Amino acid sequence: MKAQSLSRRIAAAMVAGVLLAGCSAAPSRDDPFEPVNRASYRVHEVVDGNVVKPIAQAYVDYAPRVFQTGVRNFFGNIDDFISFINDVLQNKPDKAGNDLGRVITNTAFGLLGLIDIASDAGVPKGNEDFGQTFGYWGIPQGPYIFIPVLGPTTVRDGTGLIVRAYATPIGYINDVSTRNILWGIGFLDARAAALQAESLVDQASLDRYTFIRRAYLQRRQYLVYDGKPPPPKDDE
Amino acid sequence: MTMMTTAPATAGAFRRSGSGPFGRMLGGAAALALACASAPAAAQEAPDALVKRVSQEAIEIIKTDPQVQAGDSARIRELIETKLTPHFDIERMTALAAGRTYRTATPEQKKRLGDEFKSLLIRTYSSALRQYREQTIDYKPLKLDAGATEATVRTEVVRPGQPPVQIDYSMGKTPDGWKAYDVIVGGVSLVTNYRDEFSEQVRAGGIDGLLKSLAAKNAGAR
Repeated sequence: MKAQSLSRRIAAAMVAGVLLAGCSAAPSRDDPFEPVNRASYRVHEVVDGNVVKPIAQAYVDYAPRVFQTGVRNFFGNIDDFISFINDVLQNKPDKAGNDLGRVITNTAFGLLGLIDIASDAGVPKGNEDFGQTFGYWGIPQGPYIFIPVLGPTTVRDGTGLIVRAYATPIGYINDVSTRNILWGIGFLDARAAALQAESLVDQASLDRYTFIRRAYLQRRQYLVYDGKPPPPKDDE
Repeated sequence: MTMMTTAPATAGAFRRSGSGPFGRMLGGAAALALACASAPAAAQEAPDALVKRVSQEAIEIIKTDPQVQAGDSARIRELIETKLTPHFDIERMTALAAGRTYRTATPEQKKRLGDEFKSLLIRTYSSALRQYREQTIDYKPLKLDAGATEATVRTEVVRPGQPPVQIDYSMGKTPDGWKAYDVIVGGVSLVTNYRDEFSEQVRAGGIDGLLKSLAAKNAGAR
């Protein structure tokens, strides 16, 4: 009798232990390669902090406003085009019409997208991408990955970025140097756009790596569900 | 709002002074009378109205206060402490962010955790306010049942040439009026983000480790 209750108690303790371990390991369900990712993140901090970020900051501080706005709009127009493709892939005709209308308007009348006439006319900007389409199709996000210089992603979203590289018109420009300059400016623009959010992360986070990871994953989940994600599972 | 905050305090004073059953009854009656008197005021300020009023007041100050315009950190901090944090349920936020750890913490640890978390939020908000640019906020109307004690107030921030950003406030009804216990910016919940951060610190160094890193972060305030 006594032995039985003892073994039962041990079994219960073991179950509790496993459950607790499962709970405390919750973040790594999303990030099974955390040690590798953290190493990547450390590399990123050095390269980004010493090279990329200062250039992006100088760009924001010294490049003429008109130029910055033009660049933002030009790449925004490409984003709209990507968004349109993904609206179609997700069978969202209303959004597709919206985004296609934006691309046509801004390309034809906004100097190949340098001016965002559609926004001025009140047509809201879409933000669908291939990662979201995969999510919409039910493909799980897969492990979280941190790529130095490029930043946070997941297997699903990273695959989406590769598909995007092939779908982007810039990839089809024959002149290599023009193509590379455009990729470079696009990257600079994207990095500059992240500067403000980054300074908030600096203020708010205890551990930047963890903070960025959770914010990224929450944001992606939200986008996949078009702003109506299912309530998070309470793991307690 | 001011009526709401004074009512419970006065009632408490009554209750403490009355030692016998009569005193307690008197205290109870006084509290009831005060509660009745302040009830209409509380009923008027629905959660969505509160969010709108507080946001607009804050934006007005940001736009007009010369010290804030000059980036005076102390003034910005003071503004947040007097205008914004009273409308946050810091205790509930802390409990949600710390999860299991909070339930096992001593009252003293809970208090320190709440204080440190509050400082961290003020610090983060200061940084956000300093980045404030011209923008319009669209306040979504809220459908609220009569007896509701929980609500999500939805707003949308529109900046020219950029996709709009949804900012939602999870709010709960408290004796001092509605208070926010989470802010969700573009799908990123503040509390959920801190849950990961806190549990990581607790795993590494227990609740004291968490308190220590929070204190260190706040001490490094700029």
